[in-house]
Amino acid sequence: MSTRNLITLSIVMALFAFAVIALLYPLFGRETMRLGLDLRGGIHMVYQADFSDIEKGQEGEAIDGAIAVIERRINILGVTEPVIQKQGTDRILVELPGISEADKAKKLIGQTALIEFRELKTSAGGGEEWVPATAVVNGQEKELNSAFFKENTYVTTGQLGEVLLVFEWNSEGKKISEEVTGRLIGEPLGIFLSGEPLLGDDGKPIAPIVRSKISDRGQIEGLSLNEAQELSQLLNAGRIPLPLTPIYDQTVSPVLGADFINMSVKAGVIGIILVMLFMTAYYRVSGFLANLALIFYGAIVLAIFKLWPVTLTLAGIGGFIVSIGMAVDANVLIFERMKEEIRTGRTLGAAIEAGFNRAWTAIRDSNITTIIVCLILIWVGNSIVGGAPVAGFAITLLIGVLVSMFSAIVVTRTLLRLFVGGPLSKRTYLFSAWAGKENV
Amino acid sequence: MFDIAGKRFQFFLISGVVILIGIISLLTVGLKTGVEFSSGSLLTVDFEQAVARDELKAALADLGHSNVIIQRTGAGDYLIRTRELNDEEKKALEAGLEARFGKLTEPEFSSVSPMIATETVRTAVIAVAVAAVGILLYVTWAFRRMPRPFHYGTCAIIALIHDALVALGIFSILGGILNWQVNMMFITGILAVIGYSVNNTVVIFDRIRENLRLDINADFETVVNNSMVETLGRSINTSLTTLIVVLALLFFVGATIQNLVAVLIIGIIAGTFSSICIAPTLLVVWDKKEWRRFISWLPFRWAKAGE
Repeated sequence: MSTRNLITLSIVMALFAFAVIALLYPLFGRETMRLGLDLRGGIHMVYQADFSDIEKGQEGEAIDGAIAVIERRINILGVTEPVIQKQGTDRILVELPGISEADKAKKLIGQTALIEFRELKTSAGGGEEWVPATAVVNGQEKELNSAFFKENTYVTTGQLGEVLLVFEWNSEGKKISEEVTGRLIGEPLGIFLSGEPLLGDDGKPIAPIVRSKISDRGQIEGLSLNEAQELSQLLNAGRIPLPLTPIYDQTVSPVLGADFINMSVKAGVIGIILVMLFMTAYYRVSGFLANLALIFYGAIVLAIFKLWPVTLTLAGIGGFIVSIGMAVDANVLIFERMKEEIRTGRTLGAAIEAGFNRAWTAIRDSNITTIIVCLILIWVGNSIVGGAPVAGFAITLLIGVLVSMFSAIVVTRTLLRLFVGGPLSKRTYLFSAWAGKENV
Repeated sequence: MFDIAGKRFQFFLISGVVILIGIISLLTVGLKTGVEFSSGSLLTVDFEQAVARDELKAALADLGHSNVIIQRTGAGDYLIRTRELNDEEKKALEAGLEARFGKLTEPEFSSVSPMIATETVRTAVIAVAVAAVGILLYVTWAFRRMPRPFHYGTCAIIALIHDALVALGIFSILGGILNWQVNMMFITGILAVIGYSVNNTVVIFDRIRENLRLDINADFETVVNNSMVETLGRSINTSLTTLIVVLALLFFVGATIQNLVAVLIIGIIAGTFSSICIAPTLLVVWDKKEWRRFISWLPFRWAKAGE
């Protein structure tokens, strides 16, 4: 046993110990594996912004404003680790992991949250219809709506216990309101939310009769407490300055994710055991050593996943499990080569070295193709909307392939060298199935 | 010693038949594309009580969704593929189904707009093209010191087109019978298979490269055959270990990566076959310029068999 081999062996053992510690204990602030949306549940939405009403040059500002508003709205939900990002120049990605009330969240994000005040006008046909209440301020006709609210609305209860949503006009809103309410005394003022009549607790539209001119502050009466509070938070979070349309939506319930994790762990464990049985049955002592290398491989790859951290998706776990099958490939190549060398009458030590050296070009060249494909898939996964599973699969497969080359070449060889010159080394048949029994 | 190279035309026949059946299915049944590629909404619905597929189809038609694709998953859920639904339409659909079949849960929902679908298709096409060119260049480069490196690259590409065609054909048949759809996971699987198949092919080519160096005067066909036989154990064992883990995935995980796993299984089998029986034997065909003979060979054999 050479000193060099001992040093390599110690490095391998140290790496393995490090990987196991990294997996069992929190290290560098990483407590658990980072799981993707499909395993944790949650929503992944992409919104397309419409710039048609935005002045040229103001697009960036408008979309940043929209992102800020969405962030404040999501804070209302209390989601941990939300992701709200601009994608390209005109898209917004919203990722809310682990959320169970998906419909509520989507409604909250997508709301225009504009309260409009409308008046009843007799239409051309003779019927009455609600039209936006407007006033001319500084020569411009303006609609009365919540865009002129100060962002300090609050909910309180009146003397009779009725729920009141209290708002305050800003300076411009004050002027419009004075003119509108001055004009409409004794008439109903309809309240609309995002184009629909705002319904009260009793299910009827809220349309109070204007009693006096309103200048500074006003109140909306008739909402349920919950509704009033939600609306107040929404109004205070601000208005999204441009129309957003959902163009991609993926929603996974958190329950499903837990099932997937259990199932994939089962698949991984059973897969690895079957591969190990096969390797030991076919390649005997060498196969057993390859299995040790496989355990080393598994620990290192999982530790990389955790420490990097790689976001694990179902497809990503699939990629890792597939890479277990491929990981033994390098060993199979080497052992087949060793078998041929042993058949030609070489000693174990010579066969090991020749096997490894000759198999190297095949291992290198063949893995490069998988690496090329993985890199392309990572690019694809990052450039398409909702491509996380594609990138996930490719990243885990890529890490798997790279680590497997190392584990097969360094770990298995180091372990095999331990037997050279030992009592077992004369019995070459132990190291390679059917080698030496046939005459070729 | 096996004579693999000598049986090359039998192997071509097997592949030809499988691919032909696939192409017929592709032309008649076509491929059912998933929401990622053709836009729409995909709901996974889990009913508390048992619901038959026909009942579900009828109920959906009553709700105004006559043009839907319904697929049953391994877990007993239904995948319902509709046109793109907005929030209200989705709620109406759920309420309609609940009114008819009782309580339901919805483990998964995804919706893709036509804009995103177009982008995804474009990216997938570019990816497959870049992968093919990248591998052709790489294999040509890896065998640059051999005579005619371009032959090796081309034969490797033909083998991977073979694998992709087999997988596409079988998926078209699965689409016709089980309503399986081609989605992004399918493309991921196809690319992984391409990488895997070329991996196998390169190992055999590597051996041909080595054996040619050892004996420059040897007959090319013999060298190719020996190389295939020498690497046969490795080719089969690696495919076996990979198949073992992929089958474990199929039995335990399935669900959203069902397509990925199915393509991997088909691809590993097709890829192992093509890298042993197609790619190296094509080198021999090319070396002997046999395609000239091949054209006259076919009718000749058939005429003989018909006697």
